[in-house]
Amino acid sequence: MSCEQYMIRQISLFSENKPGRLAAMAKACQEEDVNILAFSIAEADGFGVIRALVDKPDIAYEKLTSLGFNVAFTHVIAVEMKDEPGGLFEIASKLSEAGINIEYSYAFSGKKKAILILRVDQVEEAVRLLLQHKINLIASEAIY
Amino acid sequence: MRCWDPRIEEMPATDLKKLQFKLLKTIIYRTYSFSPFYHKRMKDAGVHPDHINSLEDITKLPFMYKKDLRDTYPDGLIMSEQEELVRYHVSSGTTGKPTVVGYTRNDINNWTESLARGLTSAGLGHGDIIQVSYGYGLFTGGLGLHYGAERIGATVLPTSIGNTERQLELMQDLRVTAIACTPSYLLHMGEVAEKMGVSIKNDTFLRKAIVGAEPWSEQMRLRIKENLGVDAYDIYGTSELSGPLFCECECQQGFHVWSDLLYPEILDPDSQEPLPPGERGELVVTMLQKDGLPIIRYRTGDITAIRDEPCSCGRTHPRLERLTGRVDDMLIIRGINVFPSQIEHALLGIPETAEHFMIEVDRKGALDDMLVRVELAREAFSDKISDLMRIRRHVEKVLKSSLNVQVSVELTEPGTLPRFEGKAKRVIDKRLV
Repeated sequence: MSCEQYMIRQISLFSENKPGRLAAMAKACQEEDVNILAFSIAEADGFGVIRALVDKPDIAYEKLTSLGFNVAFTHVIAVEMKDEPGGLFEIASKLSEAGINIEYSYAFSGKKKAILILRVDQVEEAVRLLLQHKINLIASEAIY
Repeated sequence: MRCWDPRIEEMPATDLKKLQFKLLKTIIYRTYSFSPFYHKRMKDAGVHPDHINSLEDITKLPFMYKKDLRDTYPDGLIMSEQEELVRYHVSSGTTGKPTVVGYTRNDINNWTESLARGLTSAGLGHGDIIQVSYGYGLFTGGLGLHYGAERIGATVLPTSIGNTERQLELMQDLRVTAIACTPSYLLHMGEVAEKMGVSIKNDTFLRKAIVGAEPWSEQMRLRIKENLGVDAYDIYGTSELSGPLFCECECQQGFHVWSDLLYPEILDPDSQEPLPPGERGELVVTMLQKDGLPIIRYRTGDITAIRDEPCSCGRTHPRLERLTGRVDDMLIIRGINVFPSQIEHALLGIPETAEHFMIEVDRKGALDDMLVRVELAREAFSDKISDLMRIRRHVEKVLKSSLNVQVSVELTEPGTLPRFEGKAKRVIDKRLV
């Protein structure tokens, strides 16, 4: 079983915590016709990290780097979650039983399902584990 | 290691002191008698040359400042008759009027001898091909090095500044072995060479560089060695003192200041009290044999320390450490002297940060608060907040241990802090507002 296809390249941007940074990033994506499927902002004292799943990660990376942004790729997994009480528990408990740590995560609700984006310390193990439990993962080709 | 002038360079320290005192006495009498400026200064301070009976008595003499050179523009400080002068150099007046330095034949000779000793001590000599990539003209760097290099019998390639590609071609074609330039220009040459598909390390004969005219660091020395395969030697001098005068010997532990030409004092910039060897303070210079424009107790504003322990090269003259900053840049944070150059030095040793930084000082209640904003190096960004926090704590720790002052650090995006073409203005002191 190949885990590769479920490892999704997320782009992360180092950003100072000041007005205009998110707008600058979003404008760049618009100009390059890059669609942002999901994103989150993590904030620490004085700076932040913007994380996003986009449909054209390489183009976004190139454009944002050329604008002077500090950009990095990180592998995350996108998990389909039942949009009902217990949906998150089902996934979180499986991971915790296997001793896999969630470094960060963000989620959004779609029409039928909710999607949970996970950054874990053992990506391959997490993919294998969740697939074994018949939990639906979103493959990278569905995104880009 | 061979000397250019062994008689003077290896003279026992006690004899040097005697010689210095004799020369000091002479220059004091001469200036008192022939320079209206110094005559008045000494009179106003109630000092007569007869009061100077030891080298230590020099502290009885009044200081002179850069301001005096400007106030007496163009020639109020020049002691020789115009027909005795063989050259003028003029320093750029970035902070006021320019200063004019007049040289007698003897001044040019002493300047050239000083560099001949220095260049020889750096291992250069007859057979070397030295590219002088300092500006020629009113600036002292080009002509100074040119004369010094010719004196030791080297072949001079006077490229001056600009047209880097051509400089690199000539460097290759004429098999240049040494270069004199600013450290940043040398690194720039390395980058341009790379773009041209030339490796200075492998495709040229360049092995030594005499670099100065701007602050640089030990890390930069290592980088030059690693990237270009070139040993870099520090050189020091300012136009008021003649121009570039002193250059490091092969031990690379500071530059020898020739005791027959210069008497150095190191003073606490605040209290103006003399500091013992090894302690950093402001360099105050007396030129012992300068006729055209005499220099007595000149406050250079440069921060350094004297090292008077014997050097393994065998030269008996004391050394000055690499300049670590300017008095005008000094910040006093919670009573501790801090120089932006110390911060630059510390940051260069941290791979996770880029070289650009800004310092903000403010007063929070009764306490001074120093914030250093530094750009995160591109490679250091990993997407994890905890990594970024760790980098920031690390930078704070390194700065605290090198400055002895609590520092807060803010990481900024690459390319966002101001770049400086000329003199960097990295300090925002809100306590002054």
